[in-house]
Amino acid sequence: MSLLEIIDLRAKVGDREILKGINLTVKHGEVHAIMGPNGSGKSTLAGVLAGRELYEVTGGQVLLDGKDLLEMAPEDRAREGVFLAFQYPVEIPGVSNMYFLKAAVNQIRKHRGQEELDAMDFLNLVREKMQIMKMDQTLLNRPVNTGFSGGEKKRNEIFQMAVLEPKLAILDETDSGLDIDALRTVSGGVNAMRSPERGMIVVTHYQRLLNEIVPDYVHVLADGRLVKSGGKELALELEAGGYAALGIYDEEEAVGRV
Amino acid sequence: MSDSTQTIETFANQEYKWGFVTDIEADAIPRGLNEDVIRLISAKKNEPEWLLDWRLKAYRHWLDMEEPSWANVTYPPIDYQNIIYYAAPKTKTDAPKSLEEVDPELLKTYEKLGIPLKEQEMLAGVAVDAVFDSVSVATTFKEKLKAQGIIFCSFSEAVQEHPELVKKYLGSVVPASDNFFAALNSAVFSDGSFCYVPKGVRCPMELSTYFRINAKDTGQFERTLIVADEGAYVSYLEGCTAPMRDTNQLHAAVVELVALDHAQIKYSTVQNWYPGDKDGKGGIYNFVTKRGACRGVNSKISWTQVETGSAITWKYPSCLLIGENSVGEFYSVALTNNWQQADTGTKMIHIGKNTTSTIVSKGISAGHGQNTYRGGVKILKSATGARNYSQCDSLLLGDKCGAHTFPYLEVRNTSAQVEHEASTSKIGEDQIFYCRQRGISTEDAVSMIVHGFCKEVFRELPMEFAVEAQKLLGVSLEGSVG
Ligand SMILES: Nc1ncnc2c1ncn2[C@@H]1O[C@H](COP(=O)(O)OP(=O)(O)OP(=O)(O)O)[C@@H](O)[C@H]1O
Ligand SMILES: [Mg+2]
Repeated sequence: MSLLEIIDLRAKVGDREILKGINLTVKHGEVHAIMGPNGSGKSTLAGVLAGRELYEVTGGQVLLDGKDLLEMAPEDRAREGVFLAFQYPVEIPGVSNMYFLKAAVNQIRKHRGQEELDAMDFLNLVREKMQIMKMDQTLLNRPVNTGFSGGEKKRNEIFQMAVLEPKLAILDETDSGLDIDALRTVSGGVNAMRSPERGMIVVTHYQRLLNEIVPDYVHVLADGRLVKSGGKELALELEAGGYAALGIYDEEEAVGRV
Repeated sequence: MSDSTQTIETFANQEYKWGFVTDIEADAIPRGLNEDVIRLISAKKNEPEWLLDWRLKAYRHWLDMEEPSWANVTYPPIDYQNIIYYAAPKTKTDAPKSLEEVDPELLKTYEKLGIPLKEQEMLAGVAVDAVFDSVSVATTFKEKLKAQGIIFCSFSEAVQEHPELVKKYLGSVVPASDNFFAALNSAVFSDGSFCYVPKGVRCPMELSTYFRINAKDTGQFERTLIVADEGAYVSYLEGCTAPMRDTNQLHAAVVELVALDHAQIKYSTVQNWYPGDKDGKGGIYNFVTKRGACRGVNSKISWTQVETGSAITWKYPSCLLIGENSVGEFYSVALTNNWQQADTGTKMIHIGKNTTSTIVSKGISAGHGQNTYRGGVKILKSATGARNYSQCDSLLLGDKCGAHTFPYLEVRNTSAQVEHEASTSKIGEDQIFYCRQRGISTEDAVSMIVHGFCKEVFRELPMEFAVEAQKLLGVSLEGSVG
């Protein structure tokens, strides 16, 4: 059974249809990159998979290890192992990163029928992941993302992912905002998490991330559809010629509606 | 979105667990207020002449006063002739001398409220005065405190046993004519707690009063007086609940604190009077006057309050900073949900040199709740070197509620340093989704954010109460330090 199966998925915001029939299968152990022009629907797809109520699903099906994902509440999807690294991580003043993460870990463990971690075990887990991600200790004691720099926020997302050990990780433009060294560390952290059980969807605009996190497949999302799929070389073609070289252009722009 | 907004709105909306009624016969006087009623109350308590005179004077003042209308709250006119001003559970003996004589029904009531009064089950380290309707029904650990010279008893008992202290300090901080509700209280107050900590004594345990309104259509008018003599320290807690009834009940209390040289009083409140139902029916009108006087040099008074109950709260625990270097503090969390209204804050009046005050106010509004912070900082000419820091934050849950801030500042000494910070934030749909994406339910997310918002105030509460307060806000205890 595939880890994730997306079948003819359609979704809209307000009156506007944004996903117009997405089909994608991610098998255990695979890394899929999704690229595509601004506004094509990449974050929408990520949000729909995570269960954001802002988007209304109008058709299609999504199965996670055979289970109907669209039926589940967002927190249940997370507990089932779906992790979204946000393009724009949210600030939560007053709630420390540590406290937040401990609550998350224990909710997920509870769901899996595992014992909750006590303060000591949690600290050990966090220490280990902190080293891999070269996370600054002080960031952990600060309120969630509050006042973090753009890069620190992104690093924090991947750090959370490392602690939560999801089944399916969706990274939405994790590379944006990272400096060269940070990109390397964060990619290293992601690569360390690649495993035969885990699948990943990596949304990015740039080849430089895919040099670090080498994908098994690359897809191009344009105007709400996956219009082209291939191996890792597809990303290189895009890098060289842009979307236009592939005959992909923004429909609205082309028709002159923008 | 609608889903999380709804949960946010119903968050503080959990069932009021303290709403039961104790079936006990009450000795109540007829409705209404006049001089005879006051004489009757005074006679029931076997009071000395001077106290009756004091009451009557207050009553005559009150007759000439107008109910204040400046607060940002609305309610139908109160019919003061339709209130029962005194109700007491009937006991076999006049006043129970020991817990064995206390009606088991009453003991059960407090047990149900989580305040066991039986010696063997008592909260270790907390002495409790239990006030039921108009009278104090039991005070625990009295003997142990007495050994150190600390007086902790019901107000009625203090009037009998320590009239000189009562006479000296009663009304010395909140005069009988101070305001409409204080004057009313002065005329009809029935009981409350009294505490005196002698020179140099550090009170070894938390002192606490638990107020319970039970009888129908009665008002509760209690009076608390705490005096910390030179170098003394006392931490005092106050808790309160009431049954769910669909008529409004009036609670007009007065609390007076006096701190002499180097003395320190820490006064904490967890106010959980019945707030009314989700349509705004019933609930307590909580119109309270609380004031402390830092009379001595280096004295300190801290007010910490967590206000989650009452249909209407009108309350401004204040400090008169008279002694040089004296310190006043006010830490407050006020939550209004459904149709609750709160107009609360503090007044810091700087009179002595180098006096400092700190105000931290956290207002949380949900449902149709209206939350007003009203704070005054007054620095008199004499208060050279005075400093004040005020921080006043509002958190909105949902979009039908309101938060309002009225800071008043009056500075008559140019050496004063005054700092004011304010913020308003809203729990956003994006924050809730972020939490849910990490496996945390909406409810837990909201309570986590609310708790984070209140942290600075909770930190000021004594342990036992911090826990209680968190529970009240629907916050899980686990790993509560952030
Ligand atoms: N809440 C919203 N209200 C209105 N339109 C929205 C909303 N969210 C997304 N959209 C629209 O949906 C389209 C797809 O947005 P989405 O964020 O999925 O694009 P993207 O592919 O992630 O783009 P980028 O590469 O810039 O991150 C855009 O045109 C966007 O304006
Ligand atoms: Mg995007």
